[in-house]
Amino acid sequence: MWNGDYKFVIGNLVEKDFKIRYRNMSLGVFWSMLNPLVLMGVLTFIFTKIAPVNNMDHYALQVLCGLVPFSFFSVAWVGATTSLVDNAVLIKRVPVPREIIPVASVLSNCLHLFIQIFLLLAMTLIFRRGVNVYWFWLPVVWGLEVVFVCGLGLMFAALNVYIRDMRYVVESATTVLFWLVPIFYSFTIIPHQYLDLYLYNPIAAMVICLRNILVDGRPPAHSTLIKLTLSSFTVLSCGILVFEKLKRRFYEFL
Amino acid sequence: MAVVRFQNVSKSFPHSTSRLLLRHHLVGWFSDGKMQPFFALKNVSFELGHGESLAIIGSNGAGKSTLLSLVAGLAKPNAGTVEVNGRVAALLELGSGFHPDLTGAENLMLNASLLGLDRKTTIRLFDKIVDFSGVDEFINEPLRTFSTGMVMRLAFSVAINTNPDLLLVDEVLAVGDSAFQAKCIEALAEMRRGGRSMLAVSHSAASIESLCDRAIWLDHGEVVMDGEVRAVLEAYEGRSALGAKV
Repeated sequence: MWNGDYKFVIGNLVEKDFKIRYRNMSLGVFWSMLNPLVLMGVLTFIFTKIAPVNNMDHYALQVLCGLVPFSFFSVAWVGATTSLVDNAVLIKRVPVPREIIPVASVLSNCLHLFIQIFLLLAMTLIFRRGVNVYWFWLPVVWGLEVVFVCGLGLMFAALNVYIRDMRYVVESATTVLFWLVPIFYSFTIIPHQYLDLYLYNPIAAMVICLRNILVDGRPPAHSTLIKLTLSSFTVLSCGILVFEKLKRRFYEFL
Repeated sequence: MAVVRFQNVSKSFPHSTSRLLLRHHLVGWFSDGKMQPFFALKNVSFELGHGESLAIIGSNGAGKSTLLSLVAGLAKPNAGTVEVNGRVAALLELGSGFHPDLTGAENLMLNASLLGLDRKTTIRLFDKIVDFSGVDEFINEPLRTFSTGMVMRLAFSVAINTNPDLLLVDEVLAVGDSAFQAKCIEALAEMRRGGRSMLAVSHSAASIESLCDRAIWLDHGEVVMDGEVRAVLEAYEGRSALGAKV
């Protein structure tokens, strides 16, 4: 039985990922900022000048409110999905609890996320939206997103051990979700009958909350927060359950 | 209380483990031809006491590594019971969990945490581990600049200095120069004097004889012989020589 120090292991694994990623990059953390900024620029250009879809104020900021949570979600989900297979050596040779691997993979993307959140907050100030007391909700909603992605990560990492093309399923799903999350359009244009599709999708709910707080300067609706909490923790419980069921035979299949 | 107790342990691997793509699963749903599993261990029973040092010998594919993975808790048996008491440090592959781009010190911390040490203990043991490994001047260099022997020394130093109740060693004793090997043998002897045990897999008769007092000979997943190390080695080598003639 392994009864080591979970915090220490996860800390070390996260640190490892981060160091490896940035040690070989001359611009380091600036890459984390460049990607969302470029995408924000392109989307703003297309949807305000070429094919205007709707009239959101502060379009660039609205888009960034969508891009930051979405890019964390898609990168962390894909990363966690392949984490067990990528770390097969560890799984087969070191009796460390298996759950640690996908969770550490998600958490190491959080460092990215922090940089991008910093960027998002800076942009908010540049757009003169100012600081308001509802910013206190930000850690809550970001926390819920991490919970949600950890759940997905655990579930798909375990499945990927048995079905190796799971990774491509996940990648396709993130492409589809890019369109189904209100990133470059406003939540208000969504027809009534599809509203629940958005509100129960934690990433969409997340974007809505962020726009409420940062752009509109008002608290997110309680009903949205409740749905976000409910779906995030449901996914986490499912992830833990699936992982628990499948982990017994990782050794044979890796 | 024994450190390790195996009772009628069997471990099989399904042949389907190589079929991991979606199309294989789809085909599997439509055909019901079950393939026979492959038995890596059959009905194995043994006990390992405190301070004992046991070698597992046998030809390739005899089930030696599977046995170690069961002791380490990496895999679960299909039948029988595996009982392990105390903290296990597994040194199953040279520097598994090490990353070439991290420095020696960073790898040391990571590896110690994977083996189950907490932060405080690791920091307390840091100098001792570095000192034992003898790589002190390179400890802040990336691991890829280390020689194979240096990586092995660092990995071994971490494992043995975590002070486990049971050390599992898979074919890693052959690396390192003779001075370091002597140091390892001394450290392992010291460990056993403290009532701690070791389970080793090796093809090198010399290192087995110097390290272990008991051996188990496995063949095709079954125990052929269990006894004093020299006797088992002799029987094993006799059989191998016989097999070579036939």
